[in-house]
Amino acid sequence: MNNENNFFSKLKNSLVKTKNNFSGKIDQLINYSGVYDDEFFEELEEILILADLGVETTNTIINKTRERIQIDNIKDKEKVKSVIKEIVREILIDDEVTSFKYPMVILVVGVNGVGKTTTIAKLANLYKKQGKKVLLAAGDTFRAAAVEQITIWSQRLNIDIIRNDQGADPASVIYDALQAAKARKTDVLICDTAGRLHNKDNLMSELSKINRVIANESEFFTQYNLLVLDATSGTNAVNQANVFNQATKLDGIVLTKLDGTSKGGIVIPIKSQLKIPIHFIGVGEQMDDLQEFDASTFVDALF
Amino acid sequence: MIFDGLSNKLQDTFKKLKGKGKLSEKDIKEATREIKIALLEADVNFKVVKDFVKKINERSIGSEVLQSLTPGQQVIKIVNDELTNLMGSANSQLSFNSKGITSIMLVGLQGAGKTTTAGKLANLIKSQGKKVLLVACDIYRPAAIKQLQVLGEQIDVSVFSLGNSTSPVSIVKSAMKHAKENYFDIVIVDTAGRLHIDEELMNELKYIKDEISPTEILLNVDAMTGQDAVTVAESFDEKLDITGIILTKLDGDTRGGAALSITSVTGKHIKFVGVGEKITDLESFHPDRMASRILGMGDVLSLIEKAQSNFDEDKAMELQEKFRKQQFTLEDFKEQMQQMKSMGSFSDILEMIPGANKKALQGVDVSDKELGKSEAIINSMTKKERQNPEIINASRRKRIAAGSGTRVQDVNKLLKGFEQSKKMMKQFSGMSNKKLGKMKFPFM
Repeated sequence: MNNENNFFSKLKNSLVKTKNNFSGKIDQLINYSGVYDDEFFEELEEILILADLGVETTNTIINKTRERIQIDNIKDKEKVKSVIKEIVREILIDDEVTSFKYPMVILVVGVNGVGKTTTIAKLANLYKKQGKKVLLAAGDTFRAAAVEQITIWSQRLNIDIIRNDQGADPASVIYDALQAAKARKTDVLICDTAGRLHNKDNLMSELSKINRVIANESEFFTQYNLLVLDATSGTNAVNQANVFNQATKLDGIVLTKLDGTSKGGIVIPIKSQLKIPIHFIGVGEQMDDLQEFDASTFVDALF
Repeated sequence: MIFDGLSNKLQDTFKKLKGKGKLSEKDIKEATREIKIALLEADVNFKVVKDFVKKINERSIGSEVLQSLTPGQQVIKIVNDELTNLMGSANSQLSFNSKGITSIMLVGLQGAGKTTTAGKLANLIKSQGKKVLLVACDIYRPAAIKQLQVLGEQIDVSVFSLGNSTSPVSIVKSAMKHAKENYFDIVIVDTAGRLHIDEELMNELKYIKDEISPTEILLNVDAMTGQDAVTVAESFDEKLDITGIILTKLDGDTRGGAALSITSVTGKHIKFVGVGEKITDLESFHPDRMASRILGMGDVLSLIEKAQSNFDEDKAMELQEKFRKQQFTLEDFKEQMQQMKSMGSFSDILEMIPGANKKALQGVDVSDKELGKSEAIINSMTKKERQNPEIINASRRKRIAAGSGTRVQDVNKLLKGFEQSKKMMKQFSGMSNKKLGKMKFPFM
């Protein structure tokens, strides 16, 4: 319980800026305007777009709000806010909760600089703390010193790693890691990959190949493909998720760098437009600052 | 992902307005709404958009519609001009100290691409014949120093490092001394990524700045950054008074609205853009291209200008006359192709046309090679054949194919294409003279 409280306060802290920008502004808007006319909705539109909700999702939320206010003939100021909150909650909450089955392979993908390697270290730390046997695969054989970066993490966390030199075929590194994971009876194998922009077709095919290598071992492992997204990125994050989902069917999303930005809002269009669940959020630079995402808690922290 | 959205929408909006000489307030209102949405979809900051749209309004109302443009194009032109203005009218160069060492400091959020950019920048400056020293000041991220060393080795540039247990301020101090003693011209300092709200780390940057008084402080910004780009840029600028911006990862499919947000809040120019993973993938910044990209409309204006400067006005009139009287022959067809060729490579032109995205064009055979083939085929026809394509029978086709080094199928294809364009012209010829006046370019 204590832990949960901790989590909530941390989440709340990291979302302070988002909350000020988002919920605070909605409060102001509602308090100053007595009628819910076009001007009101125009202001609301501005608030939502400033929170990185994007044009499409903003329109969805505005239309729904307009509709509900009209149908239920809502005038009470407090109620208007709860209508908006409810709409956001509906978008974010999953119908079914993904349960993770062991042994599993987590393939971590994303564009350059979103924080894949750091996220992997945090994930490894999380599972290790839960008493799982973890193995890392240094699948970023492209970027200079990427292998060293993840190796340093493996040493700090005292976790085994399968690696090869820079320039090696990443699929072969992953293959070796899968064999090692089988032999060592690993619970969780986490595979790093090189950052790639989603519009580079050949790099995306490379990813599909890695995906197939893991899928070939599906009788031994459950596979989870996780996309890492940077919370500071704008609506392009939706494009990224879309294209990565085509190359490797995504099972979930990790949203990093939520601390310090005022942009926790990007969570909403991603969920609304892509229906891919958000599994983890990075809320700080410490090892423990990776949290399982809980939509209800998130919405409560936001409003 | 409708990148050609804006220009199409604007064309629709202005359909009703054809022939108008001046833009009225009402015309503009609808157009500016489309522009607003386009900019927001490109992740330009909301406040920046608001100011911008206001400016467009003021400039557009009452402005003359240029003879050669439609009202829609006219508004796009104004928008484009303003965007280009905001992002810096001329592309900005790096400043170098006239004597002594020029120092460049790279700063930014985590994952913006500082270390990679440091390598690219070193490579670029080195190729100008300068002696460059890279300084590894990212003592926090695991293997960041190693990454810089690997890059340095790749491009044969020295990397100065004191490991990760010395403070960045001491590192730069020693690095400058080292540079002086060893006659380096340029020092590039790679710093650790940090959040703009991290007081302690932001102060560290300030101390580095105070220590070496850098010639350039370049803020690295990920082109994909969203609404927050403004806050990030403002914070870094406030603390460090940056001298310019490097926009990274522009080879992605982002529209890159961050570029506009940042330049308009800081007033600082973008000096370079990162366009790929190779060490040479650093280019100077072109505000005009960026403007078109943010608007998502291809390089419409260059196309318009190109077309105007290359098309012979008289010939165009003559051609129109022929369209109307339906006397368009293969001879004219060839002339058209030649004129198009004089505008540059056909694929270049296609790229400039909004909506002509590469994927959609994959099935269409419009290569320059194809154009050359068509020309050869027409050249192999007799004058009579060119004027009366109906007489080209099977044996003539065989002869033409042999003469032009093509196959009979190619000849058939060309003739069919010609028939089709003739049919198209027929439809045009039903239009009024006025409308035809705006239709100088059959391919648009």
